[in-house]
Amino acid sequence: MPAKSFRDRDVISVKDLTKADIQKILQVAQQLKKKPRPELLKNKVMASLFFEPSTRTRLSFETAMERLGGRVVGFAEAGVSSSSKGESLYDAMKIVGQYVDVIAMRHPVEGSARRAAESTDKPVLNGGDGANQHPTQTLLDLFSIYETQKKLNGLEVAMVGDLKYGRTVHSLASALTHFGARLHFVAPEMLQMPSYILEELKAKKIKYSLHEEIDEVINKVDILYMTRIQKERFTDPLDYERAKDVYVLTKDHLAKVKKNLRVMHPLPRVNEIATEVDATPHAYYFEQAENGLYARQALLALVLGKIK
Amino acid sequence: MKKDIKIEEMKKLRPFRVFAIERGTVIDHIPAGKALTLVKVLKLPAHNKIVTLGLNFKSKKGGQKDIVKVEGKELSQEEVNQVAILVPTATINIIRNYKVADKFKAKMPKMIEKLLVCPNPNCITRQEEVITKFYPAAKKKDEYDFRCHYCERNFPEEEIIAEINNK
Ligand SMILES: [Zn+2]
Repeated sequence: MPAKSFRDRDVISVKDLTKADIQKILQVAQQLKKKPRPELLKNKVMASLFFEPSTRTRLSFETAMERLGGRVVGFAEAGVSSSSKGESLYDAMKIVGQYVDVIAMRHPVEGSARRAAESTDKPVLNGGDGANQHPTQTLLDLFSIYETQKKLNGLEVAMVGDLKYGRTVHSLASALTHFGARLHFVAPEMLQMPSYILEELKAKKIKYSLHEEIDEVINKVDILYMTRIQKERFTDPLDYERAKDVYVLTKDHLAKVKKNLRVMHPLPRVNEIATEVDATPHAYYFEQAENGLYARQALLALVLGKIK
Repeated sequence: MKKDIKIEEMKKLRPFRVFAIERGTVIDHIPAGKALTLVKVLKLPAHNKIVTLGLNFKSKKGGQKDIVKVEGKELSQEEVNQVAILVPTATINIIRNYKVADKFKAKMPKMIEKLLVCPNPNCITRQEEVITKFYPAAKKKDEYDFRCHYCERNFPEEEIIAEINNK
């Protein structure tokens, strides 16, 4: 099945994207990474609406637009949004849609991006709606995997840390089902992948295994995806003290790994990757963040119909 | 009542005897106690037609059931499907000329609009006026999960029903 035309499409949830859609986005991201197109979106305007702060995502969206020659309007605090005056999100977004060509938004309420998209014909790109979706993060993760492994099919991918509450790893695991990955989940029992994700994997015949230590899997995987373990997830502070050091990646872990292993992390990291890992050829988390720029450029170019 | 209806046929219509109608809908086999909710969620009084409720009839299958009769209005399969979650056992009889002209059961639809309330307090549908949409997904036979169109979370039937009752 070829990718549907992207023109005017909203990107709200990675679940709305087919395998062909994802491949198309990654292919365009790669093109734009290799060959910048500083005039591509000339005279186009993007609204950057951040109802809750997320400097990294906002800067990435805004830079993506600017580097393609487009312009950006918007705000970055809930305080200046119309919602503080009691206006509905639907009304507010309908108005904004009349001013601009595309909307990038982040909002603390789940389903807000889907609702916003119903109010306007202009494409809406979801930069995070509460604990729900953050599709551009998943796309940049997939793009990073593709960049480092030169393929997406049949890879061994380990996810480490807080797998229970981490929306990033849920979406990534779900997206990887398109590509027949073998998944390894490394987490303390109380923070393991939720059962609804495991059921989805089973239904799609994706092989996975559950582990408690990084050492059990690190020597056989192509991608090690680290995440932060937050103290507030633990009911017993002692459990946190025990867990926090077990899920820290050090240089010692990397002694016998595959040469092509790349370590990823959605950032910001706290202490789960020792800084000594940064200088190894396996570290990829900073480039991964940079790839967000190209993944977002690709989406902007596609939904504005400038690349087909 | 018209004379041309034979006794035998009258007997078949026995459950509806008390309030036999010429044209309309009889919803039978409603779980006892659910008739009032059903009338409310189908917004039957809004049609200005005569609606009659029968509560706590004896069911042939044992136990009790409710019956609702709507005069002059034929409910469609889709209308009834929308409330299948409340009355999974209901049978719908379309009455024309005092006879059962059509008969069907409530079936879980692909999407339920308006009726359900999202149990997630951080869902946009709980913060603003939004018509809810839920997608039922069969877990096992006659056991469903319901996914919110907006916050995309899945909820088991018990949680969804509890929210309707809180409405
Ligand atoms: Zn919801």
